[in-house]
Amino acid sequence: MATLEIRDLRVTVEADNATKEILKGVDLTVKQGETHAIMGPNGSGKSTLAYSLAGHPKYTITGGTVTLDGEDVLEMSVDERARAGLFLAMQYPVEVPGVSVSNFLRTSATAIRGEAPKLRTWVKEVKEAMERLNMDPSFAERNVNEGFSGGEKKRHEILQLELLKPKVAILDETDSGLDVDALRIVSEGVNRVRETGEVGTLLITHYTRILRYIKPDHVHVFAGGKIVESGGAELADKLENEGYEAYTKGGASE
Amino acid sequence: MAEAQNIPVGSTTAGSIAVAAESTVATRMSAPPSFDVRDFPVPHGREEEWRFTPLERLRGLHDGTAVATGEGVTVEVEAPEGVTVETVGRDDARIGKAGTPVDRVAAQAYSAFEKAGVVTVPKETVLTEPIRIAVHGEGGVRFGHQVIELGAFAEAVVVIDHTGDAVLAANVDYILGDGAKLTVVSVQDWDDEAVHVAQHNALIGRDASFKSVVVTFGGDLVRLHPRVSYAGTGGEAELFGLYFTDAGQHQEHRLLVDHNAPHCKSNVVYKGALQGDDAHAVWIGDVLIEAKAEGTDTYEMNRNLVLTDGARVDSVPNLEIETGEIVGAGHASATGRFDDEQLFYLMARGIPADEARRLVVRGFFAELVQQIGVEDIETRLLEKIEAELEATV
Repeated sequence: MATLEIRDLRVTVEADNATKEILKGVDLTVKQGETHAIMGPNGSGKSTLAYSLAGHPKYTITGGTVTLDGEDVLEMSVDERARAGLFLAMQYPVEVPGVSVSNFLRTSATAIRGEAPKLRTWVKEVKEAMERLNMDPSFAERNVNEGFSGGEKKRHEILQLELLKPKVAILDETDSGLDVDALRIVSEGVNRVRETGEVGTLLITHYTRILRYIKPDHVHVFAGGKIVESGGAELADKLENEGYEAYTKGGASE
Repeated sequence: MAEAQNIPVGSTTAGSIAVAAESTVATRMSAPPSFDVRDFPVPHGREEEWRFTPLERLRGLHDGTAVATGEGVTVEVEAPEGVTVETVGRDDARIGKAGTPVDRVAAQAYSAFEKAGVVTVPKETVLTEPIRIAVHGEGGVRFGHQVIELGAFAEAVVVIDHTGDAVLAANVDYILGDGAKLTVVSVQDWDDEAVHVAQHNALIGRDASFKSVVVTFGGDLVRLHPRVSYAGTGGEAELFGLYFTDAGQHQEHRLLVDHNAPHCKSNVVYKGALQGDDAHAVWIGDVLIEAKAEGTDTYEMNRNLVLTDGARVDSVPNLEIETGEIVGAGHASATGRFDDEQLFYLMARGIPADEARRLVVRGFFAELVQQIGVEDIETRLLEKIEAELEATV
């Protein structure tokens, strides 16, 4: 069973000629089949956690370990992490002009699966996955994220999640900027992947709204660069009612 | 001017994009067109037409110190049956018909060449195989003149291939009879030291179509002037260009489409990728719609993709319209950058860095390559693009 283990992870970032510590000792274990929600106020370091796990060059790891099934993730390049089974659905997916969605998806699937998918079954696979996400077939011929609406970008991220079948999926504020219909469609996509039981999900969000559609097994409150409280789904209800105020007082947050 | 638009989309930190305000195509040259080199002062580098070009790397082509070596540059023509291939003296009437040198190097080439090549496709002859002209340098200096003439309703594809190491200044004339169709692919696949400065003059007959594909990969300095004018109504010109500018290379393409006849069309699309320190690409796109050119339909576009820091692009589209009675006129120029965020996004989907870069560059050029319509050239170009990427990644 695949397990992502994060131990005492410390991360800094360079900003305004100063080094700033954003993650101050994060501990978390995500197992295949589990869904963990990480909730926290803006600026608490949630997204830094997501991007650090994926290996974004902007962040410097200064301490701690991250392993996936015992393999040292921090030693891997960004593409190696993806091929090892980590997936990051990004909050702000970037435009890649000149590269069509269909070309991108196939190149990515080839890299992740280690061989090119058979063309006939692949076309069908993509078509069906797109239909499930209410994506128009013309999408495949557009350039990656170019001119996509916010909702289209997020659906495109979840389309990749469905096709690439990672061991651990990190969803960074996938719910932000979505209307209720789009949120439902995207959540259904995430749930289809979860129902396979083969993915561990790390759902990073500011709002409790998405948790009505995606039921977490564990909820963690993130503040001031680390997890400050963990519990079951009931912790989300508490946050819904009381907000983050209890965690941000006393300078716990940035 | 009216209907003109400049859309610089995302410039670069290291690269830059310049978009000219209105200026007059004719008056910004430092001397009027002439066949005689003495009519042009030796450029000092601040003239409008020379300001982007590193004169010190022209190997004397601009100041009269370059001397033809007589050997060291060979020109071989391979033509299918029915085509006439000649070498003629300076007094041949077909020379210089399509256009007049517009700068000192072109005039120098015209003043200095000894024999000109003339390739003629007789009227109504439709070729099924390309005419191939191989220009190969072995370190020599050459002043050249080449004429390619198609009779009425003739159809031909010409591939001019430049390889090796040379210092070459040349004029190439394309003369299209009424209803003729000519595709010319000029490939600059020079070695690193080569210097190549040339003016291409196309004179398009009534209802004739001209397609020029300029592909520049190699050379230390390449500066080309593809120019088009019309001998009658209903002519069409498509000018496509593709360049891949590496570290230290200067590649300059200066186009002019002179809409001097009514109801003609032109479409210009140039795309370039740049990588490495001091890679410098220059694109000047001048379109002039003269008062008599009613019914003109023209569009020009330049796109650049900067792959690394340290590369520079100067892109100057320029549209001058003397009549409002036209179908359409527009231009666009944009320089984009393959940045770390794009690379991260593709890598986060399991795609290795070199593959990611290849994916983006291939995508950038693919559409243009498909327009060439000469299969072996398309294949070779794609291979060349791959090789350029391999060399640096």
